[in-house]
Amino acid sequence: MDKLIIGGRELKNRLFIGSGKFADESLIGPIVAQTGVEVITVALRRVDLSGGKENILNYIPKDCVLLPNTSGARNAEEAVRIARLAQAAGCGNWVKIEVISDNKYLLPDNNETIKATRILAEEGFVVLPYMHPDLYAAKELERAGAAAVMPLGAPIGTNRGLKTKEIVRILIEECELPVIVDAGIGKPSEAAEAMEMGAAAVLVNTAIATAGNPTMMANAFSQAVQAGRQAFLAQPGETTEYARASSPLTGFLRS
Amino acid sequence: MRVTVNGESLELSESTTLLDYLIRRNLNPAVLVVEYNGKILHRDHWSQIQIGDGDTLEILSFVGGG
Repeated sequence: MDKLIIGGRELKNRLFIGSGKFADESLIGPIVAQTGVEVITVALRRVDLSGGKENILNYIPKDCVLLPNTSGARNAEEAVRIARLAQAAGCGNWVKIEVISDNKYLLPDNNETIKATRILAEEGFVVLPYMHPDLYAAKELERAGAAAVMPLGAPIGTNRGLKTKEIVRILIEECELPVIVDAGIGKPSEAAEAMEMGAAAVLVNTAIATAGNPTMMANAFSQAVQAGRQAFLAQPGETTEYARASSPLTGFLRS
Repeated sequence: MRVTVNGESLELSESTTLLDYLIRRNLNPAVLVVEYNGKILHRDHWSQIQIGDGDTLEILSFVGGG
């Protein structure tokens, strides 16, 4: 059986989803049921004291792995604080480190991410850092105790696809850790592309949540991730410069 | 007495336990995490903490996020 093991947990499903931006959060339950998604990101925020909104956890099936992110953190210290708070909320010890101080492109700060990863891994967290694809940073995250690395495909929420393909390919080749492509994936074909290259999983939020039909789009992503994974395991044939006939050329037309 | 809750300065007419305060604000304690004067406070202690003048509370919960 082809399983992904992260933080000691065996995962069958290589599509991770984010729970942000859903116009209707009650779609999350049916999406999980239909796709078999096991890992879902959430964020931690001040409660609205004027009341009203239903808690997101009410929409997420209980057997999912919750992956709280540290969004809002601008440095390692803030990320560590958010991670500890998330853990205190009693939803496990997984955390997606996200340290961002650039408001235009929301690019992650690898140095601060490495610092936060080191501290939290030491405290026993299963740390999945969102990172700018860079081999040295990925190696450093590995040494810092990360459970996986999550390079971006394109800036968060842009749906622009696997713009960082070449470096992500190198990370997959050179890293011992699972490489999970996070951010930027806009279409199922792009998720399949990442999986065909050997990505361990992909994390998709905006592309599903903001689709005209989020449930249908989640299904499409789920199938694409499975197809891409199978293609990777099946080992694609080589590419060549010139044509190579697929049919035998032994001619009977020309004697 | 004055307390700061989620960055907002508020006047509390009477002293109350943290747990009672949360319930009075119509919050569901089961889904919250609370930082009390800068320290994470485990939910087991919420009924023992008496909110006092000058205290700072951060009351957080999970929301949708990517």
